[in-house]
Amino acid sequence: MAKIANKQVICDILVEAGKKDKDIVALCSDSRGSASFTGFANELPEQFVETGIAEQNLVSISAGLAKCGKKPYAASPACFLSTRSYEQCKVDVAYSNTNVKLVGISGGVSYGALGMSHHSAQDIAAMSAVPNMRVYIPSDHFQTECLMKELIKDEKPAYIRVGRNAVDDVYEEGNVPFEMDKATVICEGCDVAIIACGEMVKPAKDAAELLKAEGISAGVVDMYCVKPLDTEAIVKAASGAKAVVTVEEHAPFGGLGSMVSQVVGSECPKKVINIALPDAPVITGTSKEVFDHYKMTAEGIAEKAKEALK
Amino acid sequence: MENLKALAYELRENVIDMIVEGKAGHIGGDMSVMEILTEIYFDQMNISPENMDDPDRDKFIMSKGHSVEAYYAVLAAKGFFDIKDVIATFSKFGSQFIGHPNNKLPGIEMNSGSLGHGLPVSVGMALAGKMDKKDYRVYTVMGDGEIAEGSVWEGAMAASHYKLDNLCAVIDRNRLQISGNTEDVMAHDDVHERWSSFGWNVIDVADGNDIDQLKAAFDAAKEVKGKPTVLVANTVKGKGSSVMENKANWHHKVPNAEELEQIRKDLAERKEAARRG
Ligand SMILES: Cc1ncc(C[n+]2csc(CCOP(=O)(O)OP(=O)(O)O)c2C)c(N)n1
Ligand SMILES: [Mg+2]
Repeated sequence: MAKIANKQVICDILVEAGKKDKDIVALCSDSRGSASFTGFANELPEQFVETGIAEQNLVSISAGLAKCGKKPYAASPACFLSTRSYEQCKVDVAYSNTNVKLVGISGGVSYGALGMSHHSAQDIAAMSAVPNMRVYIPSDHFQTECLMKELIKDEKPAYIRVGRNAVDDVYEEGNVPFEMDKATVICEGCDVAIIACGEMVKPAKDAAELLKAEGISAGVVDMYCVKPLDTEAIVKAASGAKAVVTVEEHAPFGGLGSMVSQVVGSECPKKVINIALPDAPVITGTSKEVFDHYKMTAEGIAEKAKEALK
Repeated sequence: MENLKALAYELRENVIDMIVEGKAGHIGGDMSVMEILTEIYFDQMNISPENMDDPDRDKFIMSKGHSVEAYYAVLAAKGFFDIKDVIATFSKFGSQFIGHPNNKLPGIEMNSGSLGHGLPVSVGMALAGKMDKKDYRVYTVMGDGEIAEGSVWEGAMAASHYKLDNLCAVIDRNRLQISGNTEDVMAHDDVHERWSSFGWNVIDVADGNDIDQLKAAFDAAKEVKGKPTVLVANTVKGKGSSVMENKANWHHKVPNAEELEQIRKDLAERKEAARRG
């Protein structure tokens, strides 16, 4: 079966929901193709708004629509949505508490060789620092589906980041544990706790397998809900292990690693190693080449876990 | 003087090589902007690898940074780097020739790629020239989809407010952006009136892929005092081969073998025709 990209799942769910609820509106900024929102635009043209290449406008218009009863989903590359329209997200969405769902597509280093202007390695830090903004980074299409079904039901601001390409499944049909705003514990372990989000969950899960073969017991937590952070899950996983490793497709500051370190530092102090992108423009390459280069792979994570246990 | 018309086709061939080799590239906008860049770099601007440190030389910002392949081809032809290196490494792992302009490379002034930055930065450069009583000119090229960004209009306002007659912007008016026709996505067919009402001298270039018409427009812009000039260059996206021309889906695309053969043939023919004059 062909793999489904997380963004495609988002669009499919919105089309279904939009057919029943005419207040669901999708907005794009010359980004319907890259967001996989062409389906929505074609099927529900009356509920689709194109703003042209104007991300600030995209977010403010969404806020205005929400204020008048619409349920807008604004989809634009994560890099532009989280930085170009940051103030609109902060003031018009979070601060004014409008029911806008911000869908950041092609997140992290999805755009590979297009360079730093197109990477969103600051979005977790930026968005999480805004009061009343929730931040979700689902790992695979099963989880994206569960998350979207919950988000459709609520009326609060949220930022959702997904990658560009279809990714390997973390979960399987019929076995998708999911509770809103609660991290998903993929496996428990008593040596090291690996906490990851988004595309890094799969290599984290594979790393646990590699470690197991070497007699090391690793727990893996899928922290798709970066904010509100599931601190309980962090404390539980960290308390039961000797060290913690975090993995994220983000700059090394202000992301999941920083947040987990804060929690572990104050609640159950022990060694935390953060695996992230460097504090520099990332090397040119596809996201796979980039991940390989910075050892953001199952092997690399396993290696760091062993280091943490030394 | 070199035959710039033929050169523009030769540079298109370089772009095709880059895109095929690197398996990526914003091909449509590269093709539409080629004569604009060629005329700016080979006729209008006082710029070369030798005078980059000269504070009096002219300046350029590629605001529509996604057309970087065209920009690389022009910079290589100006001697800033070797085209062979670009073609061999463009977009590949570890390459310095990434998919948007980067100022670690010689000849590139500012990093771009996020649309709507080039004009306001150019305003700053032109303003510095006024402050320092220098004669240099500042050029920038924007896409027609790009000008939906609010920052473009903030820059436009400031440029006329500060009477920046040392600034010349170009709009690559190819009437297409990613999602289709610009008039369907976010209409601005009255682009001339809009810029004019913002206090700019507006010059329409009927054929923005014609070096002679571009030259005349840029030359005329230099004579205008007290306001900035914008050229609305009516171009053809994908210019050079019927395979790509005026097709929205060629915004970002790598030609397949069959398309490639046709594109190479068309470009070679047009280059030859341009050579013969
Ligand atoms: C701020 C920003 N938003 C979105 C993009 C993604 N993007 C790259 S090219 C493009 C379309 C550009 O269209 P246009 O300006 O008409 O350029 P051209 O037709 O000359 O290629 C878009 C939306 C971007 N690079 N920057
Ligand atoms: Mg265009």
